[in-house]
Amino acid sequence: MSKIKLHIVLLVGLAFGYGVSATAAFASEGEGAAKPPADFEYHPPYEPVLEPPDMPPQHSDKEPGGTADHSKFEALQKDFKSGPEVTKACLSCHTEAGKDFMKSVHWTWEYKNPVTGQLLGKKHLINTFCTNARGNEGACAQCHAGYGWVDDTFDFTDQTKIDCLVCHDNTGLYYRMPQSEGNAACAIMFENAPPLDWKRMAQHVGMPKRRNCGQCHFYGGGDDGAKHGDLDSSLFHPGKALDVHMDEKGLNFSCAACHVTKHHQWAGSRYNVIAKDTEGTGKPGMRRDVATCESCHGTEPHPDRSIANLLLNNHVERIACQTCHVPELARGGVATMTDWDWRTAGKLKDGFGYFEHNYTQGNGKHRKTYKSIKGDFKWGENLPPQYDWFNGQMIYKTIDTKLDPSHQPVAINAYQGSPDDPSSRIWPFKRMHTIQPYDKGNKTLVYMHLWGDDEAAYWGNYDFAKAIEVGMKEADKPYSGKYGFIETYSFWPSTHMVAPKQDALACNDCHSRNGRLEGVRGVYIPGRDANPWLDRIGLLVVLGALVGVLGHGLIRKILRKRGDAA
Amino acid sequence: MNLRQIMVYTRFERFWHWAQMALIFALLFTGFRIHGFYELIDFRTAVTWHTGIAIALVLLWIFAIFWHLTTGTWKHYVPTTEGLWRVAQFYAFGIFKGEKHPYRKAYWRKHNPLQALTYLALKLVLFPLVWISGIAYLLYFLWENVRDSGELLSGVAFVHTAVAFAILAFIIVHIYLFTTGHSFVGHVKPMVTGFDEVELSPEEEAYLEKDEPGHIR
Repeated sequence: MSKIKLHIVLLVGLAFGYGVSATAAFASEGEGAAKPPADFEYHPPYEPVLEPPDMPPQHSDKEPGGTADHSKFEALQKDFKSGPEVTKACLSCHTEAGKDFMKSVHWTWEYKNPVTGQLLGKKHLINTFCTNARGNEGACAQCHAGYGWVDDTFDFTDQTKIDCLVCHDNTGLYYRMPQSEGNAACAIMFENAPPLDWKRMAQHVGMPKRRNCGQCHFYGGGDDGAKHGDLDSSLFHPGKALDVHMDEKGLNFSCAACHVTKHHQWAGSRYNVIAKDTEGTGKPGMRRDVATCESCHGTEPHPDRSIANLLLNNHVERIACQTCHVPELARGGVATMTDWDWRTAGKLKDGFGYFEHNYTQGNGKHRKTYKSIKGDFKWGENLPPQYDWFNGQMIYKTIDTKLDPSHQPVAINAYQGSPDDPSSRIWPFKRMHTIQPYDKGNKTLVYMHLWGDDEAAYWGNYDFAKAIEVGMKEADKPYSGKYGFIETYSFWPSTHMVAPKQDALACNDCHSRNGRLEGVRGVYIPGRDANPWLDRIGLLVVLGALVGVLGHGLIRKILRKRGDAA
Repeated sequence: MNLRQIMVYTRFERFWHWAQMALIFALLFTGFRIHGFYELIDFRTAVTWHTGIAIALVLLWIFAIFWHLTTGTWKHYVPTTEGLWRVAQFYAFGIFKGEKHPYRKAYWRKHNPLQALTYLALKLVLFPLVWISGIAYLLYFLWENVRDSGELLSGVAFVHTAVAFAILAFIIVHIYLFTTGHSFVGHVKPMVTGFDEVELSPEEEAYLEKDEPGHIR
């Protein structure tokens, strides 16, 4: 296979959503092209552009105190040549930061759920998108807050490997690349990448801005907005209609304004959600461990000015704030992925991979609906979420879980909760539907070897059998040798993109037949629920009374007339 | 025995009756909206009015109970079987033959036995049921964490809705019965002016003329 053609396929389909319109136009015309267009330039999806100095400051967890100017620090007056050099300089003053940070999931990619006991985190999990980071770190660790994790040899105890800048660079110029070059043909990806001015960035550090968090979290699932539906690039510069808190001209919250930290441990973990916060605001400055709505708005968030608000405050016990206040998913002009079918991956045109982009999203950008390296996708915008009882816990199907293929789709992360559980509330979820490879013999999910400069890596060779065999072998997991495809769901609790109050769900949206909560059981919702027999009998009684009196009156009239006539 | 115009419905009773009528109509209208029978008004508006009006009606009831107990008017509702059968027979047969209503309003007894029994049932069964179920409904937030609260709430809603149907049926029959006996206007007028024709014994007449001259014309 022509290496140049291969790199085009890889380029257009990479897991990171490199939406380069130049390559898109080029490759989609199917010219196969001997070489990339001369004006091709690599851009990370989040465009490393200088933050204008007059940008309004984003409100963070800790407001900048203004007592230190990093550009005047002696330790930062060096011509740094690499990230780890900068990190060493950071740690020379922030002596405890390295130790603290190493406990964070941003570093460990591992989380042991204290309630379910499951070992989670990107190091282990399989999702319904690119499926597994494990074994593909060279690509996926582009979003690991460390330098150089490409395989098991990465030293998780080396503090100089921490990437401080990815979170703390305030110039906007920092960006990250895949940690290994993958297939040789992918070299083009790394060409023309703008050089990094380490010294300038080191001297302009601060609390993380939306750009810092968003460069990874807005691109989860392999592309802009793909995974969550409430996190995408529209939140870099949101207006009030999209998000009341992050509204650039208003409150202008950074992510860390809510996701507060304590010793580099972030509040608001998706692996252990606080589905119902009964503590509220706590004492001033006390709550450093939660990112709940209640931690700022209290447990009676609607001002006691009307009967409706009093009644709304009673909803808080059973309905998550997000259910009404995150009315739709993907509202910012960026679509979210709703379906992924891996079965169609590997189709080639003239022997080469290709892609299609048959979806144009709100902001005018074309989204890819087929990639040879991934299969078919569907996208959606302004989607009503799925609602159900949720107590904050998910039971994950891990690599070791025996699946039951007779009950498909399989919920990869089955949310827990019920109407009888006081810690449960009705939550909104984005539901992702996927058809993905699994081990037909052992009935387990599989690790796929997607990224690498070898003959097994799926991205380049299009051979599931090889990719799965190697993926499982490298992780030391049993593989029957027979793969099939299984239908899965994954669920993503929605909590961002909080709409202005006038755009929140109205009472009618749930208190009606076929409303938003149509499928939620275990609770009587006036306007939605009624005992059909009571309604029938009740109407019959009323009608009977009406017919009875009319009949009674009629007979009176007739008989009286007869009497008069007589 | 003399037929005289006497005050059968005092100012409070008339206010109570008409206020209750307006509030109950409003509750039926907003309540069936909440129930989902129609969407003429917004759900939020319906709930706001339904709740506010219900609280007003409960307050009115509390005052009315107090009033009945302190004035002794409650005695009008004491059930009796005396004449009950004859009144029932009248509505079932006699009315068609042009017979006269067998009941004569008395000064100390302004409702016929069937009427008194109906009102008593309304006051002792339907109103308390709708009142208790409504308050339980409104205070759901206090007991939503008890086991199977969802099922219980649907039971509460069942009772509340069932009573609403019953009250609506009552209203239909209640209004219809004004067309019997005297004219419709003849029935409604006392509830407006307070005065109705009642046969008085000479003693009653003398007492009223002397002690309550405002209550007799």
